[in-house]
Amino acid sequence: MILEIQNVSKQFDAGGHKVQALSEVTLQVEQGECLAIVGESGSGKSTLANIVLGLYPPSHGRLIFDGKELPAQRSLSHRRAIQLVQQNPLSALNPRRSIGASLRLALDVHGIGPKAGRMARVQELLADVGLDPAFANRPPAALSGGQRQRVAIARALACESRLIVLDEPTSALDVLVQAQVLRLLDQLRRARGLTYLFITHDLGVVRNIANRVAVFQRGQLVETGMSEALFAAPSHPYTRSLIGAVPVITQDEKAFRDRIGDPQ
Amino acid sequence: MSLLDIQDLRLSFNLWSGPVNVLHGISLRIGKGERVALVGESGSGKSVTARIVLGLLQEMRGAQISGRIGFDGTDLASLAPRDRRDLRGREMSMIFQDPTSSLNPVFRIGRQFHEVLRRGQPSIDAAAAREIAKKVLAEVSIEQPDRVLDNYAFQLSGGMNQRVMIAMALANRPKLLLADEPGTALDVTVQAQTLRLMHQLVSDHGTAVLFISHNLGVVREFADRTYVIYRGRIVESGPTAMVFENPAHAYTRALMAAQPRLTGGGLPEIADRDGAFSDPAFHHGVQA
Repeated sequence: MILEIQNVSKQFDAGGHKVQALSEVTLQVEQGECLAIVGESGSGKSTLANIVLGLYPPSHGRLIFDGKELPAQRSLSHRRAIQLVQQNPLSALNPRRSIGASLRLALDVHGIGPKAGRMARVQELLADVGLDPAFANRPPAALSGGQRQRVAIARALACESRLIVLDEPTSALDVLVQAQVLRLLDQLRRARGLTYLFITHDLGVVRNIANRVAVFQRGQLVETGMSEALFAAPSHPYTRSLIGAVPVITQDEKAFRDRIGDPQ
Repeated sequence: MSLLDIQDLRLSFNLWSGPVNVLHGISLRIGKGERVALVGESGSGKSVTARIVLGLLQEMRGAQISGRIGFDGTDLASLAPRDRRDLRGREMSMIFQDPTSSLNPVFRIGRQFHEVLRRGQPSIDAAAAREIAKKVLAEVSIEQPDRVLDNYAFQLSGGMNQRVMIAMALANRPKLLLADEPGTALDVTVQAQTLRLMHQLVSDHGTAVLFISHNLGVVREFADRTYVIYRGRIVESGPTAMVFENPAHAYTRALMAAQPRLTGGGLPEIADRDGAFSDPAFHHGVQA
């Protein structure tokens, strides 16, 4: 087990009244798995991601990472161990820095590898995510959305992270590009034993990339299960209504959705 | 006769670096009361097509437009700007992706409704407009129309605002509704409800719809006929069921294959560029 989320709650102050963003969530993330966190807006999925990343502490509960409790103030090594890939890669990359310099910075900050070899490592990282190493000299603006997302993935790889939080990594991409980025993520995980916390609202994506699924509704974890089992027989009504709402394109999917999902 | 008949529509923008061609001769027809989808990826030209039909892009400097757009038997280019403006909000109306930013944040919904209804009936007073507004809000399953009319857009949820937008767009009983990614900004469960509602309403009123979307699943559920657009060219068209069950063009096939299936099956390897994407268009059956 790589991460244990124990009884985590989060309240926010919203102009005088309290908003309960997460209520007593307990969840484990296993080494090498892709755990999908599924829910609609306001479900608490992004709050959970931010707590795991240490952007703010939970109001209650604790996080155990590699057997040790994660402190509210994360050390550099914690930050290296848990990396984020955001929905919009353009806002994740410094527009004035070349792609190569952004990747190099990750290596420099964390002191990864000998200094002399870091530019060569940047080239390798670009090749690992299917980009031409010549891209190192280009600014993010010269890349397409899919290429930028590959750079963001390369940066997480640069840190040799133990856990990668993917927050809607393909929602802003066109469907053909989405397919490629999902495939890349899946191949990297299998080849290198990476661990993903994959946050998404898209159940079609979940079905094809996640081993395990956790469904959130209004700050509560309402259902978890192995992907196959959860899609075959979802037990919570909210999960069934999510499945029932997915727009599908084939007769097979429609038959499946009508059998398993609840229509809205 | 078609309600909307677009022939060989071309669009280019004059930029400082030279002209950029956006549409390379789009032809598309919508019959009366027909729901037609234009599906494609970002930058394919689907939104600009709707904006040209509405007449918004013509006012933009640097936009070069050619081709013919017939609406209800009239060539839109032959209309005086004033008559053209009169069509908007009456004969044709549009709803956008993000409902909250489409509504004016400083006026209550009721006042905006009055403004919309005045386009159809210039002399209508606030009280009469409110009665009609309540009726059309009830049609989009809004249970407390008075409360909604007294609210500002930011006080309502995204799903509620989208229903308000649909009600406003249909309030003057237009012949054509241009819907640009409606529901994309909404949660899936709310999106499903909203689209079902919209489907019901346009069927009841016999409103034709040009439905613009990148979401294949949504298109399949909403449209009678589908056009697939790729880089400013129509590559495939036909009855929705035919296009989805027997996609003929390489690009359409790639789009379908790339869509992750709810039934699983893994992640196929797909190229996002392919010479075959530029193959001639395929049109299923005889066009209406």
